Amino acid sequence: MIPELGQGTLFVALGLAVLGTGLAVAGGRTGRTALVESAQHAALGVFALLTAAFVLLVYAFLTFDFSVRYVAHNTNLGTPFWYRITGVWGALEGSLVLWAWMLALYTVVVAARHRERARVFHPWVLATLLGVLAFFVSVMTLAAPPFTRLAPVPADGRGLNPLLEDTGMITHPVALYLGFTGFTVPFAYAVAALVTGRLGDDWIQLTRRWTLTAWYFLSLGLLIGGWWSYHVLGWGGYWAWDPVENAAFMPWLTGTAFLHSIMIQERRRMLKLWNLALVILTFSLTLFGTFLTRSGVIASVHAFTQGAVGAFFLGFLALVVLLSLGLLAWRWDALRAQGELDSVVSRESAFLLNNLLLVGATFTVFFGTIFPLLSEALRGVKVSVGAPFFNQVNVPLFLGLIFLMGVGPLIAWRRASLDNLRRNFLGPVAAGVVAAAVFHRLGAGSALAVLALALTVFVAATIALDIGRATRARLRMGERLPAAVLGLLVRHHRRYGGFIVHLGVLLVAVGVTGSQAWSVQTEATLERGQAAELAGYRFRFDRLDAAEASNHFKVIATFSVSNGRSTGAMHPAKKFYPQETTPIAAVDYRTGLVEDVYLVLGDFARDGSRATVKIQVNRLVTWIWIGGAVLTLGTALALLPERRKAA
Amino acid sequence: MKKKFVVGGLVILGALGYLVYAGLTQSAVYFVTPSELAAGPVPGKAYRLGGLVAPGTLEWHPRTLDLRFALTDGKSTVPVRHRGTPPDLFAEGRGAVVEGAWTAEGYFRAQQIFAKHSEEYQAPPSEAHRAGYEELLRTLRGEPR
Repeated sequence: MIPELGQGTLFVALGLAVLGTGLAVAGGRTGRTALVESAQHAALGVFALLTAAFVLLVYAFLTFDFSVRYVAHNTNLGTPFWYRITGVWGALEGSLVLWAWMLALYTVVVAARHRERARVFHPWVLATLLGVLAFFVSVMTLAAPPFTRLAPVPADGRGLNPLLEDTGMITHPVALYLGFTGFTVPFAYAVAALVTGRLGDDWIQLTRRWTLTAWYFLSLGLLIGGWWSYHVLGWGGYWAWDPVENAAFMPWLTGTAFLHSIMIQERRRMLKLWNLALVILTFSLTLFGTFLTRSGVIASVHAFTQGAVGAFFLGFLALVVLLSLGLLAWRWDALRAQGELDSVVSRESAFLLNNLLLVGATFTVFFGTIFPLLSEALRGVKVSVGAPFFNQVNVPLFLGLIFLMGVGPLIAWRRASLDNLRRNFLGPVAAGVVAAAVFHRLGAGSALAVLALALTVFVAATIALDIGRATRARLRMGERLPAAVLGLLVRHHRRYGGFIVHLGVLLVAVGVTGSQAWSVQTEATLERGQAAELAGYRFRFDRLDAAEASNHFKVIATFSVSNGRSTGAMHPAKKFYPQETTPIAAVDYRTGLVEDVYLVLGDFARDGSRATVKIQVNRLVTWIWIGGAVLTLGTALALLPERRKAA
Repeated sequence: MKKKFVVGGLVILGALGYLVYAGLTQSAVYFVTPSELAAGPVPGKAYRLGGLVAPGTLEWHPRTLDLRFALTDGKSTVPVRHRGTPPDLFAEGRGAVVEGAWTAEGYFRAQQIFAKHSEEYQAPPSEAHRAGYEELLRTLRGEPR
């Protein structure tokens, strides 16, 4: 009964979303508010129905309703409570439910908040959001229905993929989807701006905080994904340039470009066309990412379920791109730039270059990801493009971006004088050069790592310089130190929020540099009592134990780890899930600010006399996660509501 | 003024194009099946080889960390050697992709093994399989059989 109710709910939601889209378009064309009001009610209805569908699916998981195919495939009687809830989005059908529900949530919040402020845009924003929603709900009803029955009903389900049984899997998809769906909001406003012909920066002002929110969740999703990979997969890495990762990274790159380029439009009335194109591109890339990962056209180690879903997404992507390009062409004359660039050495060109590098990086990631497809289609040769390509191509671009992160915020608008350059950059450049010399003397080894860290120091110095200067000005006004800094941050929260986000990105860069340049690893088979050594640590294999959890068995090794000063035990393990033919490693690692000690249990003798272990000492990885926390603080600051200007 | 920007942009785009081109020619690796590799292997050249781990070929010497197996596509079989523990999800009769190079000694030296992670699981394993795990637990705990 429950599954049929769920299925029915989705069909009604589809009808309502289509109806709402029609009503909103009609309202936009005729200007009749009654129609727009009705569309708004339809949006509320869709949200309520999707909430109901989501709750029904959770209920089916919690009650082990194995008559539902999706439940039977993604849970079993041993699955712990919380993972029965997160199992809801453990595979395709449920992820779509979560995705659509989030989009509906964004839709009703936008409708409630912007109804009054953006009367002209409102019908078209609603129409776009409801149209996209209608698409997602149609996929859920036609191509990947979550409530399909299974006959005969199995006594127990297959269980969730054990790799997904992790706290990272509770938060990673939620953050990622909030990011993906969030970019629909600025896209909807861009469409509304194009349709209504109000191409000024109204739509940008209205969506700045939405874009920032979406960007933040996408960043968080990527970072949590890296963290999950690091502590679950047992290879000691956080990013593999896999197509699935690239699919999420591309909209992040263009979204980042968009966040920067809108500042030029706000300030100089330039780049109207570019900004619209960027937001359309970002939204399209979120669809493309889903197509890429769900259609099975590209071999990925993540191997999601395949099916008719790919065709749906490709079709919708084509529709979105065609309609958007049509709108851009229609408004072409109005979109021609009004401002002119004054000088090559100016903030405008720093931002332009930033955009060029970000979009360039997007292009290289895109090209590298689809190159195997192209090569097979055009030359009949199967190739694979892996991490070496992406690193080789992107590292120079990212170094350039870090450099610009220091230049952009401090260089003068329009035309930077020699004096402006000297005043703002002499100190930071000197700091960077000194840092490079110091790192080199300390034996950093890799020239690339020295360059990356020196650039990081340069950027950090520009931020310190700016904050120091502004604080001193406030101190001269008689404020006390903590109040002065706090007042500065709150008063100019957009600027300093941005700076703090930059600091977060710098910390991530430090972590990536350190782990790539200085991590070491070894692998050894040890008899009981025997020890291996790596990077000043001694690892002695003591014993193997067995344990049992609700849905798996566990073989736990004990290693005594000492580095001359302290000793402790570490317990890498192997988990045996009855539904799996091979065991899965459970990593044990000890985090530190300088280095992580990371143990992965490989093979072992059944009598516990011998174990093979992979040992890694990973440098500075923790700074990636700290960077994520700093980035969160910065975004929160930048998201504070704008102060009303005194009339 | 505009000219400077156009020229600058073109220079950057050119550099980007070169980076991509150089990257692809240096790092793109041919993806081959065992039959394709067997037809004309070039020693020292990097390949990605995908196939099924042929049943009865898996040998693992923990003391030397020497892993040997053969990948097959039903028509040809290629012997593979790797230094290191077999990864999770790696087993006889399962698909695997390895990256490495063909050696003059007549085997494939794998630097990396990729086993498939999958979101949904097909064949639910047998009761015997479960009994095997339970026996393992008993052995480790030193309980009598």
